[in-house]
Amino acid sequence: MAKITLASLRHSYYLNPKSDEDFALKRLSLDWQDGGAYALLGPSGCGKTTLLNLISGLLVPTEGKILFDGADVSHLTPERRNIAQVFQFPVIYDTMTVYDNLAFPLRNRGVPEAEIDKRVREIGEMLDLTATLNNRASGLTADGKQKISLGRGLVRSDVNVIMFDEPLTVIDPHLKWQLRSKLKELHQRIKRTMIYVTHDQTEALTFADQVVVMNNGEVVQSGTPVELFEKPRHTFVGHFIGSPGMNLLPCEVKGGKAFFAGHMVDAENVAAAKNSAHLEIGVRPEFISIGGSGIEADIVKVSDAGRYRIVETQASGSTIKLLVAEGESIPTGKIHLSFDPSHTQIYEDGWIAGGRA
Amino acid sequence: MNKTINNRAWFLVLPVFILVAFNALIPLMTVVNYSIQETFGNNVFLWSGTTWFQQILHDTNFHDSLKRQIIFTGLVLLIQVPLGLVIALCMPRKGPWVSVCLVLMALPLLVPWNVVGSMWNIMALPDIGLLGKAINALGVPYNYTRQPMAAWFTTVLMDVWHWTSLVALLCYAGLVSIPDAYYQAAKIDGARPWAVFRYIQLPKLKHVLTIAILLRFMDSFMIYTEVIVLTGGGPGSTTKFLSIDLVQKALGGFDLGPAAAFSIIYFLIILFLSWLFYTLMMRTETK
Repeated sequence: MAKITLASLRHSYYLNPKSDEDFALKRLSLDWQDGGAYALLGPSGCGKTTLLNLISGLLVPTEGKILFDGADVSHLTPERRNIAQVFQFPVIYDTMTVYDNLAFPLRNRGVPEAEIDKRVREIGEMLDLTATLNNRASGLTADGKQKISLGRGLVRSDVNVIMFDEPLTVIDPHLKWQLRSKLKELHQRIKRTMIYVTHDQTEALTFADQVVVMNNGEVVQSGTPVELFEKPRHTFVGHFIGSPGMNLLPCEVKGGKAFFAGHMVDAENVAAAKNSAHLEIGVRPEFISIGGSGIEADIVKVSDAGRYRIVETQASGSTIKLLVAEGESIPTGKIHLSFDPSHTQIYEDGWIAGGRA
Repeated sequence: MNKTINNRAWFLVLPVFILVAFNALIPLMTVVNYSIQETFGNNVFLWSGTTWFQQILHDTNFHDSLKRQIIFTGLVLLIQVPLGLVIALCMPRKGPWVSVCLVLMALPLLVPWNVVGSMWNIMALPDIGLLGKAINALGVPYNYTRQPMAAWFTTVLMDVWHWTSLVALLCYAGLVSIPDAYYQAAKIDGARPWAVFRYIQLPKLKHVLTIAILLRFMDSFMIYTEVIVLTGGGPGSTTKFLSIDLVQKALGGFDLGPAAAFSIIYFLIILFLSWLFYTLMMRTETK
């Protein structure tokens, strides 16, 4: 159990990194509370696994410190840090039974057998593995094996943090959902700090209380799922989260008002925008409605997504997507779009205007 | 019912049939032919049934060389498999030394077998050979052309030098293919190096080791060239292994019948033991 602090952490896989480009993980500082559920979300190669391995101690940071409850652990081995990690591909000890697999971390630490037995049975029951405890671990299905990996982390009562590195990659789709809710349930039950790495927004947003979005080795935004959705700090977050992602339209700011192709657009943070930068209006498809007046657009495509339809329109050379609820009619020909001002933001060079401290 | 009229596709399989026939079936059948008949030349053959087989099975020469062969192969396996495994574990996984190690390890495998025999023959000579002279200089009387123990020692050492690399390279390939996540998980689980070896590396190497043991078993059971060049089966007949015995029968004595029966028995022993090894090592898999 620990509060995790990352203090101006930086990592490069090169021995003598020269430019910023050489860093797989650019400078970052974060504070994670004890018992929280966190997700690291980002596309492949964005540095999230590097960050995870730094926290677990499989990598030593080039610069900066990692603190567990205020104590510097940057140079401790994974074993000394007392963490658990579940990998992308299930790691099990083939020749052992499920029971022995779960007991392995405890046996390595010299815990008395009676205590081991109690813990293993408890965790086995928690993960629905009781019936298979005496089977050989190699005979289990992928999700069963992944449960064992997880169980080896849970079995130690003093683990500081449990980390998941895209743990559902090799799990069948219909079991993914089950295992995901199991994880959520376990977190509620044991209140251990958990860090979940994924490139799947659904997994991240459903699992975590706090999601850290990464891109190109940088943390782009850290916030609750609602914050990420309603107020993306960067166009990358706007685009990466949500389906479809945020609409981004080129704009100009004149006299404290934003204009897209000659139309005045009301935005929440227009006052903070400076005209010097490359400016864009960001608005999610959820916050656009068809009205009597506003931006003129042509409908290009309508696709049905069940509860709602995604309407793709074209306005002054830009694509604007919006959602129309099931049952509502969609007019034909020229339509007029209006944006919800409280959910419309201006971005300067990709970052939200006025939001970057 | 539609019957395929065009059977010409069979011609495509024909080359394989011919190949298999010439490299396996026909030679083997010739041997079978000799083993159940008697011939005095001129292509005259007389039926002799199982006479030759009975003769070989009761032949003390055969018993002795079989015994020697089993001891030799046993020694070779006992030394080469663990040694190869240890070498593979010590080899680097990354960096410039990988290729250096691989080339060094592969070198003995590239030396022709009779050259291996000649090399060791000369090197172990007690008066001029580096090894022979050195051992004698240490005060240990050593002469592999006269002492059976010395001859055995040299033969086994030569085979270890020649073939341990094969086991090491196979094991190395197996070790390299273990995903990093296993080692990382073991670190996190607090496993000691011995536990990593016992519960990760050894189980993952099982298949590779099975192959290595089978190959080394078959090869060492059939060893001929290196030994004939090194000791010629001597001193006396103390290093006369099965293949040497067979060649002496077939070419030396021109006893084609018994030699053919010998060949078939030899072949069946290898086949049976290979099957036994394989089944034993794979048995746990199906459980």
